[in-house]
Amino acid sequence: MATNNNSNHKYVIETRDLDIFYGSFKAVTGVNMKVERHKITAIIGPSGCGKSTLLRAFNRMNELYAGTSIQGQVMFDGEDIYASQVDPVEVRYRIGMVFQKPNPFPKSIYENIAWTARIHGYRGDMNELVENSLRQAALWDEVKDKLHQSGLSLSGGQQQRLCIARAISIKPEVILMDEPASALDPIATLKIEELMQELKKNYTINIVTHNMQQAARASDYTAMMMLSQEGERSGTVIEFDETNRIFTNPKDKRTEDYVTGRFG
Amino acid sequence: MKEKTTVEGFADNLAARNRRGMVWQALIQASTVVGIIALIALMLNIINGAYGYVAYEAKVDPDTLAVNGVALQDQSQEQLVTLLQSTLSSGAFKKLENEKPFASRSLEDVYQLVVDRIVRPQVVGVWSLWLSLTQADEIRATVAQENPDAELDFVSWLNPGFITRPQTSEPFTAGVRTAIFGSLWTILFTILVAFPIGVGAAIYLEEYASDTWLNRIIQTNINNLAGVPSIIYGILGLAIFVRTLEPLTSGEVFGLVDPTTANGRTVLSAGLTLGLLVLPIIIINAQEAIRAVPRSLRNASFGVGATKWQTVWSHVLPNALPGILTGTILAISRAIGETAPLVVVGASTAISFDPNSPFSKFTTLPIQIYQWTSRPQDEFRSLAAASILVLLVLLLSLNASAVLLRNRFSRRF
Repeated sequence: MATNNNSNHKYVIETRDLDIFYGSFKAVTGVNMKVERHKITAIIGPSGCGKSTLLRAFNRMNELYAGTSIQGQVMFDGEDIYASQVDPVEVRYRIGMVFQKPNPFPKSIYENIAWTARIHGYRGDMNELVENSLRQAALWDEVKDKLHQSGLSLSGGQQQRLCIARAISIKPEVILMDEPASALDPIATLKIEELMQELKKNYTINIVTHNMQQAARASDYTAMMMLSQEGERSGTVIEFDETNRIFTNPKDKRTEDYVTGRFG
Repeated sequence: MKEKTTVEGFADNLAARNRRGMVWQALIQASTVVGIIALIALMLNIINGAYGYVAYEAKVDPDTLAVNGVALQDQSQEQLVTLLQSTLSSGAFKKLENEKPFASRSLEDVYQLVVDRIVRPQVVGVWSLWLSLTQADEIRATVAQENPDAELDFVSWLNPGFITRPQTSEPFTAGVRTAIFGSLWTILFTILVAFPIGVGAAIYLEEYASDTWLNRIIQTNINNLAGVPSIIYGILGLAIFVRTLEPLTSGEVFGLVDPTTANGRTVLSAGLTLGLLVLPIIIINAQEAIRAVPRSLRNASFGVGATKWQTVWSHVLPNALPGILTGTILAISRAIGETAPLVVVGASTAISFDPNSPFSKFTTLPIQIYQWTSRPQDEFRSLAAASILVLLVLLLSLNASAVLLRNRFSRRF
């Protein structure tokens, strides 16, 4: 995979007729969507429609679940990340991920970031890197006096920001966020959203969320996913557009029902 | 609280549900009590045998062995060796010399041999702790009547001398030092073999092996091997380590030539055999521990672009370590108490010198206990009781150190 960070492709991630399978079950069907550089793209939809599955396919995390496979292509800067010569470890290095449940390493706050940097051969000033990462994640002021306490001693919202700091410490090009605020209270949620606005200056963010207000508030583009009603119940993107259009003037009736809360 | 109005279709059964819970609680408490009673009975039985009155008389009065007015215990090593040579049959003397040359034996050791072989204190009666406490007068009367020459002492069979003396055939001078060292050496090799191989296999099976029919067969077999009788491992050890790999286990290929070494029947063979025996236990427990590491932690590691090995080494293993060590503690406990496979592998029944290399002959505490309990004389049963106490203390201290180690690791955040 080319290591050129300043690619000219406007779309960082682009899927082409992407199908995702769990064994023989087709969980996601025919997704064509484009994630624009330095924008926040949200994926919304009801539970069980394959949002997280789709997101995990963007950095090959789905391969860690036994029996998953894909058809179609996921292009990253114009290259297929599922091509045989591509190392999934490098994909995950360049496309970072923040999970639904905050999952700091059971190490110190400092070590959470330092370990991550070290495995990628970071040789620079570690203190500086830790401080910068924590500052970017808006966590520095809260933890600067207890860097050597366990990451698990923080509150849920702080843990999630630590996970974001950890993800950005190795300078990925894209950050995938899988319902990063669903386990947090509204104040912590707001902090994460503000942080996303800050981060999008430097990173491309792709977020899965249950919370439609969050998608409306925070994202630039929105993909609406839904289970197909007939035949095998498989998730697919039924509408993908700028966020304000999805919320104010959706083309699809089902999107309209969902975003206005009239859905089932 | 005011009584809840009965809703139609629902029975008013809270009292019955509570009663049922209490019955189960009483039952499971009772099973704990049964277990504790069994343990206490075991301990009392052992202690009952390990202390008590002993009546004994010397075959040869030590005073008659004094040379030129020098009492036996003050004589030089040379004098003692001469005494042994002149008193024992030449065959018996040569056997001792072969076991360990007299020149390299300590004075203490030689003195012990003289007491053993020449003075020969003979036990004429042994009483258990219970009898010694409750019927002391009767015991004294009996001894005075039947063996007027005998001395009657209250003896703790478990005493410092018992622990520091090597094994002999005389109950008064017999000790378990040889057996303690034998057990420690054997356990050392058991751990050295079983821990890395067991943990390695567990990592492979949990993290790397794919779900194929071959791997499933391997997994099933490991589970079954944990239940194979230990004597079968002994036969395996005899065939492989003692016989086939004899040049290796006897130290021959390392240039060791020792006429006293009994072919492959060495500490190394015993350690390897016990290692095989506990391997399934370590693998199964380590697998459980590795499986218990939460997926979210692996995701976190893979999510920042760590390789599989970095994830396993830095996150999975440290977090599984307390569980792995728990399994290892179980395995050590099992191995240290094993007797049958060591009998087959060829533990010596009577050696009086300590093992000092992987290629030494050896005996272990359980073997010693087994030997002594199968003797007809009561005094050896008392020795066995004392050795059981030593074995229990050894086991407890080994386990305690493993538990300390485990707690140290699990405190890392």
